[in-house]
Amino acid sequence: MTSVAASQRLGLRPMVVAVALLFVAALASIVTGAADLPVRGVMLEMVGWLPFVDVDSGFTQLQQDVLWQLRVPRVVIGALVGAALSVAGAAYQGVFRNPLADPYLLGVAAGAGLGATLAIITGLATTLVLPGSAFAGALVAVLVTYGLAKLGGSGRTTATLVLAGVAVASFFTALQTYVQQTSSDTVREVFAWILGRLGTFGWSEVGLVVPFVFISSVVILAHRRHLDVLSVGEGEAAALGLDVGRVRILVVLAATLATAAAVAVAGLIGFVGIIVPHAIRLMTGASYRAILPLSLVGGAAFLVFADIAARTIVSPAELPIGVITAFVGAPFFAVILARTRTAG
Amino acid sequence: MKRSLALVLLTFALVAAACSGETADPASPSGAPSTAGSEAAGATTATGASSESSDSTTTSTASTETTSPETTTTASQAPATSVASTTTTSAPDDESTETTTTTTLTGSDEFPVTVISDAGPTTIEAPPVRIAALSATHVEMLYALGAGDRIVAVDLFSNFPEDAAAKAQLDAFNLNVEEVIATDPDLVVLSFDPVGALEALESLGIPTLLLGTATTIESAYLQMAVLGSATGLETESEALVKAVSEGIAEVVAATGDAGQGLAYYHESDPFTFYTPTSLSFIGQIYGLFGMENIADAAPDAAGQTFPQLTPEYIVDSDPTIIFSTDPSGDVSVYTDRVGWGSMSAVTSGAVAFLDADIASRWGPRLVDLVAAIAEAIQANAG
Repeated sequence: MTSVAASQRLGLRPMVVAVALLFVAALASIVTGAADLPVRGVMLEMVGWLPFVDVDSGFTQLQQDVLWQLRVPRVVIGALVGAALSVAGAAYQGVFRNPLADPYLLGVAAGAGLGATLAIITGLATTLVLPGSAFAGALVAVLVTYGLAKLGGSGRTTATLVLAGVAVASFFTALQTYVQQTSSDTVREVFAWILGRLGTFGWSEVGLVVPFVFISSVVILAHRRHLDVLSVGEGEAAALGLDVGRVRILVVLAATLATAAAVAVAGLIGFVGIIVPHAIRLMTGASYRAILPLSLVGGAAFLVFADIAARTIVSPAELPIGVITAFVGAPFFAVILARTRTAG
Repeated sequence: MKRSLALVLLTFALVAAACSGETADPASPSGAPSTAGSEAAGATTATGASSESSDSTTTSTASTETTSPETTTTASQAPATSVASTTTTSAPDDESTETTTTTTLTGSDEFPVTVISDAGPTTIEAPPVRIAALSATHVEMLYALGAGDRIVAVDLFSNFPEDAAAKAQLDAFNLNVEEVIATDPDLVVLSFDPVGALEALESLGIPTLLLGTATTIESAYLQMAVLGSATGLETESEALVKAVSEGIAEVVAATGDAGQGLAYYHESDPFTFYTPTSLSFIGQIYGLFGMENIADAAPDAAGQTFPQLTPEYIVDSDPTIIFSTDPSGDVSVYTDRVGWGSMSAVTSGAVAFLDADIASRWGPRLVDLVAAIAEAIQANAG
């Protein structure tokens, strides 16, 4: 691909498409649900929510609660979690210069899972302790992974990092399973949480995730040019005057924070952090200036769509959303991969 | 290199130690009361998968019993036969029934006996005196029959009567056959068998009964009768079935039609909202009062016993009464739950808390469950 084409692709068009997708997904999600809310009423409620507009949707208090307390927060949480996981995945891929890096492969999610399980089991799973505990677990996991990879020789080989991540993920998953099995009182709650769910959220969870996702997204996006420089190689980046160590620490911390917030609130939802950035990379090119913001919006749209599927496929039951992200994500990824191959 | 490896290992060991320390703490706030909840929920999950098969085995049991050469127990005859014995009338709560044990062994001339459980016919050579009863419901049944002191092992959730918890406890959800054998049982009772324990135990010559989650009230009575035959306590089991069925009928009759058409939601799973319909065992209990289950009308739930509902469906259905097994027993569970506050059952305080154990077992304490439901109906009517 030529640099002219690449710079054109960095333009506004993909971003407009992504935002439009997110908007459509959110709207579709808001009118879909087990409770039989009339679409017209939902739309009127939405319009009425806009400032300076006052319309009567004819909804009862109960219907308003269903819409505003149960359905809308779920859509918002889905978007936030999708955005957090995707942008974290893209950031890890950039900072470790490894296309396979993602919150799952690096053991970060497993670490967050262990932290959250400990919080649930000790009964301390308050709104603040749960993400804090998940973050601590995630941080330990990513540090151990990175440490192991360095210790295993040249940290530059992609295989070492992935192997270390696999080992750490297995270890933390084993610990987490052990912890959850030793406490039969809460095993159900932990299971329900692990499978990934968006079902029982209110605005307090939204308020909990927003600051984490906001801070980490800002930090990651601020480093998008640095990640581009880093992609040419660590030595080269350092020669160009980049403080590789500082960038790496900041971005890893931010990505880990985003992952931990997502895992704490929605459980383990796989495949988003690797699918979304790669799909975007295949469509727009390799610059993190495009990949990072598009991952943020595209990841949000992807997870909201996945949640609609999770709610409707086996209705009235809900599939764990992680099943959808993998089930839809893998073939989608394969198609994009095949198309780029034949096109290129 | 070596030193850092050692450091990593040390970290892992510390983490592991920290975990086991934290989880072994029995005094954690969510301790004892929710144990029952997990069993209820566990049973629920099992039901979803196995209810249909156990339903069909129960039916076939009833029809093939006549082929058995020796003493067999039939489902239909048990509740119908009126027995003069009054020794075990108030079986569920009366622990003095254990005194009848002495009389039971006199029935030993009826052995060997063949009983039919969900696993097919099982021949028992002599009255069992060391029973591994690995399900809380069947432990309760055996105690009610007066065979409590013959139980040598129970499962982790067996907490009633209190004596039961003092027996050797095995984990029926992850059953280790060797641990079962170590208790030297001459009869094993399972309520489900995910690991193939039944086959293993039978191959070792240990008679094993599989009595799955009851799908109907009749099948619960059948299980009492099967346990009665298997232990040589037939008279007692007939009396027990009579006591339970009459106890239930009495409460239902006293309630009249106060529950007729009352819309209810039964919450046994506050995490993923798997909810019993009228077709489930507990749904049939509510059905005795003519109540209406909101889960029946859930989209695509027709014919299911435990469909998963979404909170928004439940809130939108706006049932008149909520039955909850939440251990807190406090309505704030619902007033505080996001989006649930304006449901009429919550605003009017029509939330009835049931004991999670009683509401999830199909044993002698069914009478207590029916009474608790009746009480909630009366409170709502008044």
